[in-house]
Amino acid sequence: MSGPEKHDPSRRAFLGAAAGAAVGVALTGCTPVSREEFFQRHLHELTDAERDVMVKRLEKQYEEKFGKKVTVATDPPLEGVTFAYALDLSRCIGCRKCVYACVEENNQSRDPQIHWIRVLQMDKEKGVDVLKADPYYDSEEVPTPGHFYMPVQCQQCADPPCVKVCPVKATWKEKDGIVVVDYNWCIGCRYCMAACPYGARHFNWGEPNLPADELNPVTHLLGNRPRPKGVVEKCTFCIQRTRKGLYPACVEICPTGSRKFGNLLDPSSEVRQILENKRVFIFKEDLNTQPRFFYFYGV
Amino acid sequence: MMATRNAIGLVAVVVGVALMVPLQGWAQSPVAGSAGEEPAGIQVPPPPFTEGIFPCSECHKDLPVNVQRRQLVDMHDDIVLNHGPKTRWCFDCHNPGDRDRLRLASGELIEFTQSYRLCGQCHGDKLRDWKVGVHGKRTGSWNGKKQYLLCAHCHNPHSPRFKALKPLPPPVRPGLIGGEKGGTR
Repeated sequence: MSGPEKHDPSRRAFLGAAAGAAVGVALTGCTPVSREEFFQRHLHELTDAERDVMVKRLEKQYEEKFGKKVTVATDPPLEGVTFAYALDLSRCIGCRKCVYACVEENNQSRDPQIHWIRVLQMDKEKGVDVLKADPYYDSEEVPTPGHFYMPVQCQQCADPPCVKVCPVKATWKEKDGIVVVDYNWCIGCRYCMAACPYGARHFNWGEPNLPADELNPVTHLLGNRPRPKGVVEKCTFCIQRTRKGLYPACVEICPTGSRKFGNLLDPSSEVRQILENKRVFIFKEDLNTQPRFFYFYGV
Repeated sequence: MMATRNAIGLVAVVVGVALMVPLQGWAQSPVAGSAGEEPAGIQVPPPPFTEGIFPCSECHKDLPVNVQRRQLVDMHDDIVLNHGPKTRWCFDCHNPGDRDRLRLASGELIEFTQSYRLCGQCHGDKLRDWKVGVHGKRTGSWNGKKQYLLCAHCHNPHSPRFKALKPLPPPVRPGLIGGEKGGTR
């Protein structure tokens, strides 16, 4: 065996040069735009002006890629608003219209397929039992007798385990309760996916395939803007819609009116009426994630 | 002393207002329906009539009124009545005198745009939930203008149970996403 390694100055110089060359290759292989992206700081460290520069860069990048104008909004949380969602388990018929309305609104990859909403078919006899639930049901007609349906999406936890485990702070909870991801900061480690008890986070394993004619050009920086490969994404309560006062796309499409949305802090909102007057069920309540997504029985 | 007098004045005003409100309600004509019934800030879209069927009086004005319970043959024979007891029929809700209005059990005539009041006679719990946004569907803005759907927009009043639907395709199983390794990378 040889002795302790000698630190030969020439070897160190060589390694230094090699590392420098590697960075150089990485940079010369990139356009000036991605050099800016390479040295981009965390969103929370940017001034408003710096953030606007970044947004302009993204808009330009998307316009080049999709050949049409894309707006990236940065609407901040509304004052005095905490969003909450309620879903009527006694009325959902499992038609999956919400799943596909969400895909269209939020620019998910079509292939490889990403769905933010998963509808679980469950047995009425057994009640809510995720181990026996079937997300792949393909019956001729729904509701199938003897079954009920439970759509699951991000529960926008007040104490989100996914946020705690992120090693780079690429995901956080906004003031209005929406848990968001910065796709430019995410390193794709998928710790958050392991931490989420609801399976609500999805990873772009491949380059997202989003046809330009199906792209929704009205986007939000922390929501439905087109994602790159290798990042995690999730339901944002349609942040690009709800921060403008609109209902989420899944609420608008639901043919049975099972989906309810509103401000938890407004005593006259639909969600408050439900929480105060209906039987409410919190999914995996024992984990103390404190979801802002409530299931209820309307009848 | 001043404070007591003010308090008495206030009580008088409150009692006066409390008396006026029901009086105003009574003063309204029963045909117009009480405006107070309309939940504030809620816009109801036009009722889902079959094209060209309304106003009903277009045809009915020349037809004699036949209040005999019978199987309809010449017109409206496509209507299948499957709503509640077998004894139910047209004039439990429709009004033989004025076909363009519906009739409550009390004899009050209401517009088709207020049909939820008719439905609420039996389904009072649903009407209560609908008014606060728990039953039914609201679209528009969660913090502003909302559009409500009438009961009849979702439930066929003659046969209210929801029809079964073909569900949209199930998600692709993880093993099948993206083809073979490297295929989509």
